[in-house]
Amino acid sequence: MTASVPGGLPRDLHPVAWWVWAIGLAAAASFTTNPWLLLMLVGVAALVVAARRSDQPWARAFRLYLWVGLAIVVLRVLFRLLFGGSYPGTVLVDLPTVPLPSWVAGVTLLGPVTRESLLAGLYDGLRLAAIVVCIGAANALANPKRLLRSVPPALYEIGTAMVVAVSVLPQFADSVRRVRAAQALRAGATGRIGRLRRLLVPVLEDALERSLALAAGMDARGYGRAGAATPAQRRTTGALMLVGLCGVCVGVYAVLDSTAPRWLALPMLAAGLLLAVAGMVSAGRRVERTRYRPDPWSLPEMGVAAVGVLVAVTAWWVSEHQMLIAYPDLSVLPQVSLLALVGVLAGLLPAVASPRPAHLGVAA
Amino acid sequence: MIELRGVSFGYDDPDRPELVLDGVDLTIEEGELVVVSGPTGVGKSTLLGVVTGLVPRFSGGRLIGDLLLDGRSIVHTAPRDRAHVLGYVGQDPAAGFVTDTVEEELAYGMEQLGLPPETMRRRVEETLDLLGIADLRARDLRTLSGGQQQRVAIGSVLTMHPRLLVLDEPTSALDPTAAEDVLATLTRLVHDLGLSVLLAEHRLERVVPFADRLCVLPGDGRLLAGDPAELLASSPVVPPIIELGRAAGWRPLPLSVRDARRRARGLAERLVVPPPRARPQTSTALVARGLTVAHGRTVALREVDLELLGGRVTGLMGRNGAGKSSLLWALQGTGRRRSGSVLVAGEDPGSLDAAGRRGLVGLLPQTAADLLYLETVDAECAAGDDGTGAARALLERLAPGIPGDAHPRDLSEGQRLALALSLVLATRPPVLLLDEPTRGLDYAAKHVLADILRDLAVQGHAVLVATHDVEFVARAADEVVVLAEGEVVSAGPVQRVLAESPSFAPQVTKVLGPPWLLVDEVVTALESA
Repeated sequence: MTASVPGGLPRDLHPVAWWVWAIGLAAAASFTTNPWLLLMLVGVAALVVAARRSDQPWARAFRLYLWVGLAIVVLRVLFRLLFGGSYPGTVLVDLPTVPLPSWVAGVTLLGPVTRESLLAGLYDGLRLAAIVVCIGAANALANPKRLLRSVPPALYEIGTAMVVAVSVLPQFADSVRRVRAAQALRAGATGRIGRLRRLLVPVLEDALERSLALAAGMDARGYGRAGAATPAQRRTTGALMLVGLCGVCVGVYAVLDSTAPRWLALPMLAAGLLLAVAGMVSAGRRVERTRYRPDPWSLPEMGVAAVGVLVAVTAWWVSEHQMLIAYPDLSVLPQVSLLALVGVLAGLLPAVASPRPAHLGVAA
Repeated sequence: MIELRGVSFGYDDPDRPELVLDGVDLTIEEGELVVVSGPTGVGKSTLLGVVTGLVPRFSGGRLIGDLLLDGRSIVHTAPRDRAHVLGYVGQDPAAGFVTDTVEEELAYGMEQLGLPPETMRRRVEETLDLLGIADLRARDLRTLSGGQQQRVAIGSVLTMHPRLLVLDEPTSALDPTAAEDVLATLTRLVHDLGLSVLLAEHRLERVVPFADRLCVLPGDGRLLAGDPAELLASSPVVPPIIELGRAAGWRPLPLSVRDARRRARGLAERLVVPPPRARPQTSTALVARGLTVAHGRTVALREVDLELLGGRVTGLMGRNGAGKSSLLWALQGTGRRRSGSVLVAGEDPGSLDAAGRRGLVGLLPQTAADLLYLETVDAECAAGDDGTGAARALLERLAPGIPGDAHPRDLSEGQRLALALSLVLATRPPVLLLDEPTRGLDYAAKHVLADILRDLAVQGHAVLVATHDVEFVARAADEVVVLAEGEVVSAGPVQRVLAESPSFAPQVTKVLGPPWLLVDEVVTALESA
């Protein structure tokens, strides 16, 4: 008998799968203001993170996102308290309205606090908080650098540049700390501008020198080696990409602007996307780079991504066909339908269906 | 294999009309370890850059001459298109890292070459074993020690299977043991894989025994290449062992400690043991008791007791990460300590503001350039002493003749160090701490720095200097403190502590045994004998 590990042997799931799952959850959150559903979405995200995050530094940031979410909710409700006067409904506390000068017409300060106004603030805040927490979950579950490394081969150079940019930030903080300590060791300008200059000049010089050293190092290690592509091939690829991207822009504009002619909307978007993909494939085919141990995309990845899509589609269906469930009336206790409940809870599947992360319990 | 033919290089700069390289010819054969030496700033890095293609692309300037690889000119080939033949490791390996884990860094170059995944996988494993870093494979590059980073950097170019490895001062930031490790690794690559190595180094004492050929840049743009023993007889920069050989009149010159020891049989007996160095009795300048410093969960210093005497230079040694910098910053008062006390002239520098601390303890940090922010030397001095002229006067004494309108970045490494030192000393603190001041200094500059520190001690300053450079400690220090794992493992007079430890013993001690530390002492004894 073989012992089976749920979700397979420990390994890191493809970062794109986690992002599809998290964006699905976030999309679901944007389709509803039902507090029960929103709280459940936050719970689902938190549970999956608790079950499947590694102990790398980026994984510890999830708590930060939870705090940000809480702050959003509190702020929304506070704003309703401060500026939400004259909202119709059951009055809870009858605060006096603070008279404001006429040039801020339209804004009321304080005034009677209604239950509906508070609840509207709470639901609204919860929705935004749930979206933030979902994105935070993706960040905690997927190594952001591996995500950048998974860009298609045609965009490899841009991907590397972004990875470098991400790595530079901690170095920059380190450099600021070092220079600040060093400048305290000598006398010098004490004015505000002078102090700023004492910090900025050495830090920028340091950053410049580092980037030159990095550029030289990358060049010496073959970054950006010329491929075998002929100039004509390169021009074709470039043209395909450019026309494709223009098409995508026009298409997106037409989709969002309902006054634009309809034939410009979806057909244009589709054509643009097609051209851009063709350009990338044509560029990617000529790239002579290979990837060391790429993240595999197999069943668990497909499952996790599919769950994200499923959650989003269910939430969209509920918002279209069960309006009262998705956007509950503020005067009554919100209800939950079986479909909405199952749709949200399906998001929990990756907690058991995905493999455990590879770097669990290994001190970094 | 690689051939430089009539290579000249200079900057199109009216201030620097002279050529850095002038008609240089050099051939590097298969499986040869070639060392380039010379004082700092003579163009060692430039020569390496010409070979890798980074000069003139990243430096500017004008290059004349030809570079041949197997008889084919590659002088116009970009560095990235030479990557499969030439592997380059820069001075600061951490600055060249592109990815964030050891394994990905090793694979990066191969990804650029477009090697098939199976080959990449195999070569990564082979290289991990070859360099003895298999246990580091998943580690974050930034958490590695200096020696480990250097080996990962070498590994990351080795995976591309280059035929020539070009290294710029691979051991300058390493402690003696880590440096030996890296050099042993390089020798093994040359012997086992037939790799050619071109390496620039001004701390010759460690690399000379491994070198097949030595190139000396005397400073006038010429390049002298030849057998190490012959060339060193007249070279301007030589390790102590060669100086000893020259003084004792040995021919041919011994290159390794082992050779020298054989030649020195009987020499030690003939020499009259010098009287112990004069140790003037002075008062205590700084007392630290039970000093403990922790960064998060790592303990940097554990219960360290230390006394610094006025008029003495104390060397602070220990491997990378032993807590040397933590100790200096804690003594200076900026570094937060968990427990323990520091007293300078009856006051705790930790309880004072920045200006108060400067008055008690001066600290020269590892990157002296962090202290400088103005456009001219005069402006820096004026800002450093509030216009009293004290800093300029100090600078004139430490490094005479620096023009006041020079930009601090245009100064040589040693001059810049002197400028930073005079800014720190402008408030006349009784205690002076220096963190790795010898990094990047050649023998001449190190002698000057040692004299400066001795001079400051004579004026009554208590000096503590953290360094990896054994020869520098032997020359400059009266006492030595050795740290390991944040604890003091040995402390005492320099003759005793350095002689006690095989890895910290200077070359002269290794050859002649204690109490000999310096060539100068032997020379004096030889003359009087």
